Amino acid sequence: MFFRPLLRIVPDHTRIKFMRGRFAGIIVSAVLSSLSIGLFFYPGLNLGIDFKGGIVMEARTDGAADFAKIRAALEAQGLREPGVQRFGSDSQVLIKLETQQTEKATEEVVGRVRTALEQAQPGTKLLRTDAVGASVSNELFWNGIYALGISLLMILVYIWFRFEWQFAVGAVVTLLLDVTKAIGFLVVTRFEFDLVMIGAILTIIGYSTNDKVVVYDRMRENLRKYKTMPLRDLIDLSINETLNRTLGTSATVFLASLPLALFGGATLSGFAWVMLFGIFVGTSSSIFIAAPILLFLGENRLRRDAAAPVAPPKPVR
Amino acid sequence: MLYFSRLKTASILGACVLGVLLSLPNLFAAPAAWLPWRTIHLGLDLRGGSYLLMEVDMSTVVKERLDGLADQARRSLERAGVRPYTITQQVADNRLTIKTPDAAKLDDVAAALRELVTTTGQGIGARPDIDIARTADGVTVTLSQVALTDRANQAVQQSIEIVRRRIDETGVLDPVITRQGQDRIVVQLPGVEDPERIKQLLGKTARMTFRLTDENADPSATVPPPGEDFLPFADKPGQKIAVRKRVEVDGANLTDARAGQNGQTGEWVVNFTFDSLGTKRFADVSRANVGHPFAIVLDDKVISAPVIREAITGGRGQISGNFTAASATDLSVLLRAGALPAPLTVVEERSVGPELGADAIRAGALSLGAGFVFVIIFMGVFYGLFGWFANIALVVNLILMVAILSMLNATLTLPGMAGILLTLGMAVDANILINERIREEVHNGRTPLNAMETGFRRARSTIIDSNATAFLAHVMLFIFGSGPVRGFAVTITVGIVTTLFTATMLARLMMVRWYAANRPQTLPV
Repeated sequence: MFFRPLLRIVPDHTRIKFMRGRFAGIIVSAVLSSLSIGLFFYPGLNLGIDFKGGIVMEARTDGAADFAKIRAALEAQGLREPGVQRFGSDSQVLIKLETQQTEKATEEVVGRVRTALEQAQPGTKLLRTDAVGASVSNELFWNGIYALGISLLMILVYIWFRFEWQFAVGAVVTLLLDVTKAIGFLVVTRFEFDLVMIGAILTIIGYSTNDKVVVYDRMRENLRKYKTMPLRDLIDLSINETLNRTLGTSATVFLASLPLALFGGATLSGFAWVMLFGIFVGTSSSIFIAAPILLFLGENRLRRDAAAPVAPPKPVR
Repeated sequence: MLYFSRLKTASILGACVLGVLLSLPNLFAAPAAWLPWRTIHLGLDLRGGSYLLMEVDMSTVVKERLDGLADQARRSLERAGVRPYTITQQVADNRLTIKTPDAAKLDDVAAALRELVTTTGQGIGARPDIDIARTADGVTVTLSQVALTDRANQAVQQSIEIVRRRIDETGVLDPVITRQGQDRIVVQLPGVEDPERIKQLLGKTARMTFRLTDENADPSATVPPPGEDFLPFADKPGQKIAVRKRVEVDGANLTDARAGQNGQTGEWVVNFTFDSLGTKRFADVSRANVGHPFAIVLDDKVISAPVIREAITGGRGQISGNFTAASATDLSVLLRAGALPAPLTVVEERSVGPELGADAIRAGALSLGAGFVFVIIFMGVFYGLFGWFANIALVVNLILMVAILSMLNATLTLPGMAGILLTLGMAVDANILINERIREEVHNGRTPLNAMETGFRRARSTIIDSNATAFLAHVMLFIFGSGPVRGFAVTITVGIVTTLFTATMLARLMMVRWYAANRPQTLPV
């Protein structure tokens, strides 16, 4: 362990014919992404307070919380349909209220919740208050969408600049498929979609691009190296050659995110689960989506002179 | 690729040592005041505190400007002898409409109003502050966009100043007050768990005026007489009093205000002092109105309406009005700090208690530690000696990140901690790329030295390409994100930069030195 590596992730010189599964890969991915888009419209994302607006307050009561009493006190303060739930422990309460008509009203409500809690269970401590007005939440949402959109655009331009356009299109289409699946995952798991989640999705985009760039880089190199190899074999060869790296990096990012998912606390565990999902999706899409797209787009363009298939080169031992 | 000049070696090691030195301030308090002691700040979500996003009510600013304009217009029209006329305000359109039944006089009206135009801005940017236009049956006066932006800027700047003064009066340590966008102010209050009192202080415009009253008017009438308002009493709900619109003395003419107790009654009062202008005006008004009541009006509510017993020439006065110790103190704070140009509304509030912040730090540190150990073990198991070099580089990477974040005086938030963790996971990617490449080159039959050389060279462009895209994505997040998420974007972008250094320079230096010292026949890949 301290000098020679103990283990290899996959053996060297694998010859897996990934491109045989290209249709299966793309179809599965397209189906999953379509389902995710469907889920996005119904039932839709569980929007967090950042994007929906409203009030979330976390309180710790002195002794076990009496939820019925708290709810009654809130209603007595004229707050309609307050969401009151247990949060973590018996004495921890989470109170959620919908957006109020005006910003001013939202502010007043925060005060009324304090009063109600003090009446229902004296000695209650407020641990956290988040109140976001409707106009702010709207802005935060659109800024998040802009950040996502512009990032995708910049990645497209960068890859276009550094590689052929086929690579750029392949990468961005794959990223879109990745992002839609991450959104589907968010809908299914009911994790709250907030600003931190936008951060998670952007990180997935960054990570997934990184993965694609490494595989593409190898393809570009091999295109120069084996001038006559058919594109299909060349792509398979490139994926196999970079397989250890692809899985190795996925493993380290996965290992780094895992503790966060397990003990990161309420705010970060959702973020970390989405990351873990994104790493899985991003890694598999590099192999099963990005590469086949390149094969379709580039069959006659990247390799015009591919007349006769040539046997892949023998590794020099 | 393999040769490192002495200078280069020295600079790489120097950068590492500098990183260690610069990250030290986070562990100790400054031993001497003259040392540059920059540290990472904990975000409000980790240390506890309140974040308020406040919006300046621009419609009030516009309305006040239109009021002033209507007043001026009235005077111009009187001078020009136009009569009768009506002036109406359309606040939403930033516009006044002046109508007169005699259409022939509209040109005179427009001419009279043109006198009011002044320019705002300087040089090429100078524009008229109002636009005057003829319509079929009237003349409109519209505030120009430049003038509006100008007003808005002024109002926000002024509000920030007043907000700062009010908060300073409450004794909150290290408040951060900054402008955001066109009309918003961010107020960050570390350590303030319950911002209720501060919200109350900031929620009042606190415009105080001294005005005369009209004892003959009947406040129960539906419409007040011209030039007067029916204003409610602050402490007697339902009761109103007729107050003249004309402001005799303004709160802006106060130099000081202190809460105190009246010597005879023991009642809480606010004692105030006027500046020289205020003293003179107050003396004139009180001399002329002995025996009549005047009203002290705060934000359209009458605090008290005492009868003037004698001319007040000393420039000192006392406000009484059923105060408690707390409300007298609050009022004196508001008066000392000055009036806001327009009301502020809280549009976003986030407060975190210190308990929750401490929990978050614990959870974050635990995850960070565990993730770090996992990655280190993985690298050791799968990449052997070169993996351990990468691990050393990883530790240095963490130290450099802390150093740079300290230099930037950056704020560490909970998502920021996640960013550090992800950076650690992604950082070894560069080492993995290099190692895999060297291994391939060895299998291709190259000598150890040649394989290392080729491995480094070929892996380099891949490393740059893959990091550049991630860098771009997070710069976007920083630009468009807000609050704690920005902390995430900052840690990741800083992490990408430090990673490029540690993984490609430091780890390479270690590998090359190891090779030079041992000259092995085979590489441990």
